[in-house]
Amino acid sequence: MQIQYLEFKALEMRKKVWKMIYDSGTGHTGSDLSCTDILIALYYDVLKINPAEPKWVDRDRYIQSKGHAVEILWSVLADKGFFSENKLKTYGKFHTDLIGHPNNKVAGIEMNTGSLGHGLSIAVGVALNAKITNKDYLTYTLMGDGEQAEGSIWEAAMAANHYRLDNLIGIIDNNGLQITGSNEEVMDSSSLKQKYQAFGWNVQEIDGNNMSEIVNALKNVKKNGHPNLVIAHTLKGKGVKVAEDRAEWHHKVPTKEQYEAAMADFDKKLGGDFENGEK
Amino acid sequence: MEKNKPGRKAGEVMCEVLIEQAQKNKDILVLTSDSRGSASLKPYAEKFPEQIIEVGIAEQNLVGISAGLASSGRRPFAVSPAAFLTMRSIEQVKVDVSYSNTNVKLVGISGGNSYSDLGMSHHSLQDLAITRAIPNLEIFMPCDQFQTRKMFEYLAQSDKPAYIRIGKQVLKDCYDENIEFVPGKANVLKEGKDTAIIGSGETLNIAMEAAEWLEKDGISAKVIDMHTIKPLDDELIDEISQEYQQIFSIEEHSIFGGLGSAVSERVAQGGKAKLKIFGFPDEPAISGKQMEVFDYYGLTGEKIANEIKKILNS
Ligand SMILES: Cc1ncc(C[n+]2csc(CCOP(=O)(O)OP(=O)(O)O)c2C)c(N)n1
Ligand SMILES: [Mg+2]
Repeated sequence: MQIQYLEFKALEMRKKVWKMIYDSGTGHTGSDLSCTDILIALYYDVLKINPAEPKWVDRDRYIQSKGHAVEILWSVLADKGFFSENKLKTYGKFHTDLIGHPNNKVAGIEMNTGSLGHGLSIAVGVALNAKITNKDYLTYTLMGDGEQAEGSIWEAAMAANHYRLDNLIGIIDNNGLQITGSNEEVMDSSSLKQKYQAFGWNVQEIDGNNMSEIVNALKNVKKNGHPNLVIAHTLKGKGVKVAEDRAEWHHKVPTKEQYEAAMADFDKKLGGDFENGEK
Repeated sequence: MEKNKPGRKAGEVMCEVLIEQAQKNKDILVLTSDSRGSASLKPYAEKFPEQIIEVGIAEQNLVGISAGLASSGRRPFAVSPAAFLTMRSIEQVKVDVSYSNTNVKLVGISGGNSYSDLGMSHHSLQDLAITRAIPNLEIFMPCDQFQTRKMFEYLAQSDKPAYIRIGKQVLKDCYDENIEFVPGKANVLKEGKDTAIIGSGETLNIAMEAAEWLEKDGISAKVIDMHTIKPLDDELIDEISQEYQQIFSIEEHSIFGGLGSAVSERVAQGGKAKLKIFGFPDEPAISGKQMEVFDYYGLTGEKIANEIKKILNS
C-alpha cells in the first residue's frame, strides 16, 4: 500500500472524527487524533481481515485497550465496510450500538473495552490460543501511556513472555498526556522501553504519527520467541493545532469556531497536498 | 422542600467541605487516580497540593495506598469513578480497608448510570450489591447539596471505613442548611397515608415527582430518603412495613442487591407489606443520555406513579 494513500486516509478520518465529535457533542478528541495514524496503518495495510466475514477464523485480532478512542475506531470500521455509513451516524444517539467505547455487538469489534488495563491480558489469551491451536493469526493491542499505571498490564507483560507469544504485538500510544496532565506529573511512566525489555519483550520505538515508520515497525516484528512492543511517540490531538499536546483536549468537544476553522484546514489539506493522491 | 431551585452538584460541595476540613486537619488527604477533574476536586488540589496524592490510572493501588496511609493515622479520601473503585479495587476494599479496619473513605464519583453513553464498563449499577456484602463499611448516598455537606462533615471526623456514591447531576434541593444528618437514620421527606416510596441519592427526586403525580389522583405517598444504605434504618422499615400493604423503592442500581434488596431483606423478617423494586433490569444498560435511559427503563416520576397506581388498584 502506498504511504501517500495511507496518509490521505488518515487525514480524511481525522476530519470525519472531528465532525463526528462536534455533531454528537461527545468524544475523546485528543485521544482519537493521537492514534489515528496507527489505526490507519493497521486497518488499511497491516491487519489480515475481511469486513465481509468479520468472524473469519484466520483473521488477525485487534483489541483496543484504550477503548475511549472509539470515534476513530467506529469511523475506520465503517469506512472498511464492517457496517454502513448510515449506522455510523447513530454514534452517540439514543439506543445505539455505537456507544462511547468498543462494543462487540458490532461487527469488527472483538472485545468490549473501556476499563483501562484489560486489553493486554485479553490479547495474551487470544495469542495463546493461536499457539495452542497452531494458527497463524497475529494479535494486536493498542494501549495508552497513562494506562501503563494499571498493575494488570504488568501481569500480562510477564505472562506474554512466559508463554513466548511472539505472535502478540502491543502498541503504546505514547503521547505523554492523560486526563489530568502529563504522565510525568500524574504517574511517571518513563523508560517504557527498558521496562518492557526487562520483561523480555522486543521493543521498537518510532514516531507514531509517521506513516512509513508505523508500517515498517508493524511489518518488521520479530518472530524470536518474545512478544513485540511498538512504542509510538505521538502528539495527542495531532492534526488540529488548538488541540495538539494539550491535556484538556482529552475529551473536549470543539466550539463552533474551532470546528469550522479545523474543517477548513482539513479541506485545504485534502484538496491541496493530496490532490494527486490516489484514492 | 424548596422547589425549582437550581441546586448544586455533590462533587462541588464535597470539594468545598474537604477544603474546609483539610484546613483544620492536616491528616485529611485526598487520593485520586487521574480523576480529580471529574471529581470536581481541582480547587482542592490547587489549595492543598501537599494534601492530595495522585496515583495515576491504578485503582487497586489507590485503595491499597489509602489503607496504608490510614493505618499510619492519616484520614484518606480515595476518590475515583464508582465503577472502577468498587469493582477493580474490591479486594483491596475487602481486605485492606474492611478487614484490616483502616479509616478509608471511598468516594465513588460518576456513580450509577452517570456515564450513560459510555457502556457497561463505566456504569456502576452493582456497586451497592458488592459493597453492601462487605462488613465494617458504611454506605451513603446524598440527595442534595445540604445533605452532601453534612455527610462529608461527618465523614471527615468519623473513624469508620465508608463508601459514598455520588453522581454528576445538579441535585435539586430537598433540604436547607438546617438539615440534620444522622448516619443510619433515614429522613421522611413527605408524609403520606396510602403507601411509602423509598429513594436514595439522585433517585430521591424521582420519588418526590412520583408522589406528586400520585397526589393528583388522590393517592398520598410517604417519601423516605434512605441516605444510608448501610447500616439500614431497620426501625423505619419495620414501621412502614406494618403500616402499609404495599411499599416501593427506587434506585439507580440493578434491581438485584441494592436499596430494594436491602429493604426487602428486612421486610421479609416480619413486615406485612409487599415491596416493588424499581431499578435497572439485569442486563447491560442501553446507551443514551442519562434521562433518556431512565425513561426507557420506566424510571421517571410519571411512569413510576402509573405503575404504583396499577399495583395499588389491583
Ligand atoms: C480502569 C480505568 N480507570 C480510569 C478510566 C478513565 N479514563 C479514561 S481515559 C483516561 C486517561 C487515559 O490516558 P492514556 O492511557 O494516556 O490514553 P490517551 O487518551 O492519552 O491515549 C482515564 C483515566 C478508565 N477508562 N478505566
Ligand atoms: Mg496518553
